[in-house]
Amino acid sequence: SCTASLNEDLKEMLESSKESLKLEAMKRIVGLIAKGKSASELFPAVVKNVASKNIELKKLVYVYLVRYAEEQQDLALLSISTFQRALKDPNQFIRASALRVLSSIRVPIIVPIMMLAIKEAAADLSPYVRKTSAHAIQKLYSLDPDQKEQLIEVIEKLLKDKSTLVAGSVVMAFEEVCPDRIDLIHKNYRKLCNLLVDVEEWGQVVIISMLTRYARTQFTSPWMEGAEFDENKAFYDSDSEEKKDQTEAKPYVMDPDHRLLLRNTKPLLQSRNTAVVMAVAQLYWHLAPKHEVSIVTKSLVRLLRSHREVQYIVLQNIATMSIQRKGMFEPFIKSFYVRSTDATHIKTLKLEILTNLANEANISTILREFQTYVKSQDKAFAAATIQAIGRCATNISEVTDTCLNGLVLLLSNRDEAVVAESIVVIKKLLQTQPTQHGDIIKHMAKLFDNVTVPMARASILWLMGEYCEKVPKIAPDVLRKMAKTFTAEEDIVKLQTVNLAAKLYLTNSKQTKLLTQYILNLGKYDQNYDIRDRTRFIRQLIVPNEKSGALSKYARRILLAPKPAPVLESAFKDRDRYQLGTLSHSLNLKATGYQELPDWPAVAPDQSVRNVEIVEPTKQPKSDDKFYSDDEDEKEEEGSDSSGSGSEDSSSSSSSEGLFLSVRFTVSGAFSFHEAKLMLLVISITNISMTAGFGSFLPKLEFITIMISFFYDFFFFCQHCLFPQNDSKNPTFRTSGISLFHMSFQVTTSSFGPLKTYELLHHMTGKGLSAKYHFPRQPCLYQPSMVAVQVILTNSSDHALEEIHIGDQSPASLNIHCFNTIERLEPGASVTVSMGIDFSDSTQAANFQLCTKEDQFSVSIQPAVGELLMPSTMTEQDFCKEQGKLQGMNETSATITMATANASRQAINKQVLSVANVGEVPSSQNNFSSLEARWATETEATICIGSPKLDRRLKNIA
Amino acid sequence: MIHSLFLINASGDIFLEKHWKSVVSRSVCDYFFEAQERATEPENVPPVIPTPHHYLISVLRHHIYFVAVIQSEVPPLFVIEFLHRVVDTFQDYFGVCTEAAIKDNVVVVYELLEEMLDNGFPLATESNILKELIKPPTILRTMVNTITGSTNVGEQLPTGQLSVVPWRRTGVKYTNNEAYFDVVEEIDAIIDKSGSTITAEIQGVIDACVKLTGMPDLTLSFMNPRLLDDVSFHPCVRFKRWEAERILSFIPPDGNFRLLSYHVSSQNLVAIPVYVKHNITFREGSSQGRFDLTLGPKQTMGKAVESVLVSSQLPRGVLNANLNPSQGTYTFDPVTKLLTWDVGKINPQKLPSLKGTMSLQAGASKPDENPTINIQFKIQQMAISGLKVNRLDMYGEKYKPFKGIKYMTKAGKFQAGLPDKWTLEYIKTELLHKEIRIN
Repeated sequence: SCTASLNEDLKEMLESSKESLKLEAMKRIVGLIAKGKSASELFPAVVKNVASKNIELKKLVYVYLVRYAEEQQDLALLSISTFQRALKDPNQFIRASALRVLSSIRVPIIVPIMMLAIKEAAADLSPYVRKTSAHAIQKLYSLDPDQKEQLIEVIEKLLKDKSTLVAGSVVMAFEEVCPDRIDLIHKNYRKLCNLLVDVEEWGQVVIISMLTRYARTQFTSPWMEGAEFDENKAFYDSDSEEKKDQTEAKPYVMDPDHRLLLRNTKPLLQSRNTAVVMAVAQLYWHLAPKHEVSIVTKSLVRLLRSHREVQYIVLQNIATMSIQRKGMFEPFIKSFYVRSTDATHIKTLKLEILTNLANEANISTILREFQTYVKSQDKAFAAATIQAIGRCATNISEVTDTCLNGLVLLLSNRDEAVVAESIVVIKKLLQTQPTQHGDIIKHMAKLFDNVTVPMARASILWLMGEYCEKVPKIAPDVLRKMAKTFTAEEDIVKLQTVNLAAKLYLTNSKQTKLLTQYILNLGKYDQNYDIRDRTRFIRQLIVPNEKSGALSKYARRILLAPKPAPVLESAFKDRDRYQLGTLSHSLNLKATGYQELPDWPAVAPDQSVRNVEIVEPTKQPKSDDKFYSDDEDEKEEEGSDSSGSGSEDSSSSSSSEGLFLSVRFTVSGAFSFHEAKLMLLVISITNISMTAGFGSFLPKLEFITIMISFFYDFFFFCQHCLFPQNDSKNPTFRTSGISLFHMSFQVTTSSFGPLKTYELLHHMTGKGLSAKYHFPRQPCLYQPSMVAVQVILTNSSDHALEEIHIGDQSPASLNIHCFNTIERLEPGASVTVSMGIDFSDSTQAANFQLCTKEDQFSVSIQPAVGELLMPSTMTEQDFCKEQGKLQGMNETSATITMATANASRQAINKQVLSVANVGEVPSSQNNFSSLEARWATETEATICIGSPKLDRRLKNIA
Repeated sequence: MIHSLFLINASGDIFLEKHWKSVVSRSVCDYFFEAQERATEPENVPPVIPTPHHYLISVLRHHIYFVAVIQSEVPPLFVIEFLHRVVDTFQDYFGVCTEAAIKDNVVVVYELLEEMLDNGFPLATESNILKELIKPPTILRTMVNTITGSTNVGEQLPTGQLSVVPWRRTGVKYTNNEAYFDVVEEIDAIIDKSGSTITAEIQGVIDACVKLTGMPDLTLSFMNPRLLDDVSFHPCVRFKRWEAERILSFIPPDGNFRLLSYHVSSQNLVAIPVYVKHNITFREGSSQGRFDLTLGPKQTMGKAVESVLVSSQLPRGVLNANLNPSQGTYTFDPVTKLLTWDVGKINPQKLPSLKGTMSLQAGASKPDENPTINIQFKIQQMAISGLKVNRLDMYGEKYKPFKGIKYMTKAGKFQAGLPDKWTLEYIKTELLHKEIRIN
């Protein structure tokens, strides 16, 4: 009840009219969310504020919405239209943040809306919005993996993006959605290499890791014999390279693209971001010729100065590297000296590396270090050091004796853990060198009474048994002691006692027969079945009886067989099966989503796939310019300035007053059919200038003809298209034979102000019910293929109208999303309702019945072609490209007449927009008088996207 | 990438959670708590912990565990580096990064985390950019906000993020244009009892405070750039220019930032600015030990060694110390056995010394450890590596900025007096000795 009343308070605050109260409430709610307390029942009250003008309030509402939308899917839908609106905002940050939130709302029903928004944002002019769309791809993919194919198309498009802001995010999306589509990388490979140094640090990590994998599929191994130095020259001196190589006939020449990657990642070793440094290091490890790998050493060692957690990961990687390449790290051996302040796992890793690096030359220094470590208060670490000494002793035969002696010395250490570990290690060492160690074994036997650690006791017992002939007096005595304490020992000690008993029985049965029998009897009734089993087995083996005759002959050979010495090897020995720097490597187990690093191909695949055709030089938007990547890139971009349409000079006609400008507006259209579903629409507005003169003294008059061409796909749409003629309000359509094509571009906001309202039902025919409609020119919420239509219903009668709804529709195939039945409309009242109509991209009328409780009225909505479109954003360059791809066309045209004096850019825009829902394509030229204005559009729905063009040129009357 | 974040305090309470994808139940932290229980020390919790459905990657700073929940393969350093940036950001915003500070500023924390990651992928991590988006709280602003209901969220949209220099906002204006650079070096060294250096290395940074109008383009050159063979840069530094000319060329962020860090390793000769002579002896059977320690300057290029502080963990058996400092004051904590001596400045003419006796627990065996001696100090106006800035030039703007460069050397982990080198010969003789006894 306490939380209930708290929630009541918050609800009240949220519903108050005071902004400050609302904000305070949201802050408290965020506090609740942060603590992990549920605040989901406040959803309706919170979501109302989603469109608040207060930025902080709005942001906090977003936080809430994203957190709870999954639980409150129906209510969450209420907020969607707000984001849809914001997606059209002229401000790129608002567009981006709308997409961020929209795509974070995990409600499956809005998948189509998200898809549309992502596609639009992927073509946004703002690289920041495009970056956001790359993030949204991953979100949508995790919400609905069925969208994969469509998302890959978006990824493909975004991979082509030249902005450094987008690169990292899209590669991230690529890695999540389609990491196996390596073919999408080919054409972008060189660009990614060149952009890399300017990409933000997090993106660099992702790109480097992806390119490592890419390189392993595309280039041949640089590790073959004779691959030493030849490729260096080849790169720096690319002109003479081929000749030289041909004459010298080197077996291996590094692909210049392979070299490009190595060269362009190297500077990043200097990054302050440890993840970037590690990424480059692993790239070199997996891709560079062996003699070049060591350039990463110093940077990796530098990372050891960073935080504990960084050290941990870096040391793990060094541990793996140092097994294969001692030489890389040997000069830095002191960097791996343990500090008393290091955490245990850091100490253990350093120990591991020191052991890997140990060789004849440095072993004495290392052992000296180890001696201090053994004294450490950190028992786990001291024990690990003793193990390490054991490993050094087996690896480097020169020091085996020294180590063994040192370890024996440790047997008199005060610390039992140290003693125990030493015993275990000595046991292993003695096994490798069993001769002449009677003294050590004797010494250990003396220690036996004081050693309590089970593993150590077991080890001593094993040694006694194994080398019982070397200590013939002591061993039976140890067995005697064990017989006394047998029942109180740990299982592992019991097992070794049984072993010892058996071995002694075989070698010295005179002294130990009774003892052995006693122990075997104890073992027979032990609680642990392993011990019972072992006891039974041993008894059958060593005590001859009629049942086990055959085997017991071999008992001695079985039990006292020479045993191979255990191999003491690094725990990191097999880690190199994982790509360095990965989570999988760190855990030594394959993490979810781990991408196997492929082996080099024997023969390099076609290199030419990475060749990029020279694209027509075009000026990039400024923000896309590479900033810090130098030289060669810049040259490419030079000479691109001269782009733009070299449209003819024109007088500054807009400044001359009193001119009249008559604009004939021709709309022609074409649709194309792209991959079954994707329709393209390109509108091209060509320009025909006409002049009209009133004599040379009169002000010049100009006519601007703007033609918008819609290109319809002949094969698909002609039959659906109706071309109304001679309608002064609607564009006139006429067909012509140009074919078309398309590409997808993003839908932008239209700044079109007042909407044209059409009569649907006059109140005289509607018995008092009148209806008007307009096209709000927003993406339709119900289905992407629908056109949003708003209907204003007014009751002009003197009585209330009830149950207003939509009845029969024709044609029957018509897909209409009806508005909900209006239960009651009072006299004089009016209500606006939304509906969605799928016109199938034709101007075919949608006929349906508007019904009240008593009557039915047949009405019809016929869209103008311009309303079927959605504005699209694209660069001028893209526009020109798309225009060039047009094939076949149907043309519709409309004429706009306006005065020259009013022919400002905005005014023309407004006029064009009144005819068609299009978006302006920014022009590279600022001078209005020589400007070409262009508008881009696409048809509503997922199926159609397009680009339109409007050329407007002013010509003087000579 | 990063799915969720949990903040856990020393006593194992989750006091903040944030999810960037679908909500992950906090019960996932149970695996972390298990690891925490197994660890003897807080810093012994492994940074990467696998659980059946997730992976936990954590950092420990200021006694708070920042535990990131990961669902699939990701470079662990990516997450660790990011988590540390989060901590740095909190510290930057709230002055301290404590549980109390985070709880008090939970809304700002949430707003920051929201901006720093999108769908678990880092979005804005540069502090200058974040400060444009979300203003750091100040006492005054908090009060004003409470009264007026105004907000912490910046009204302007971040301009830097869109530009080619995402670390710098546009439209920066100052009446006084100034650029200060601090070259700060920390020397870490381990010196054995005989005075020979076991390891010595220098960790240096150049921290900048740049308040310049417009879009200044700076170049910084050094007298001896070869010293800097192991460097890491702020992203603003042009790598290629450094590689080619050994010149730092950059458009600086606005305000405070770390321009570069460098490392002069034990491979190079590292000058040791102070030496310690000490003699700490315990005799078997005696209840007294002798303590004798003298400090002196060494390779300081004539600069004074200041703020010297010596500390040493004496063996457990020591009950008390009765010492006589030639200068400064000393304290001995009989509970923790920590001896600290605040020396102050070293006068080369009259070397500071600390002499006297230590009383031992009666009957206790002779302490077998030689205590390590930690030394802290500062040397102004000198970089111990010898690094020197040659000149700073500004391009791209017309005004004349005020420029300043400061040098300082500090002791990092500076330890002296580890036991004499342990030799293999020594073991051998010992072993012989033991064997004789055994037999």
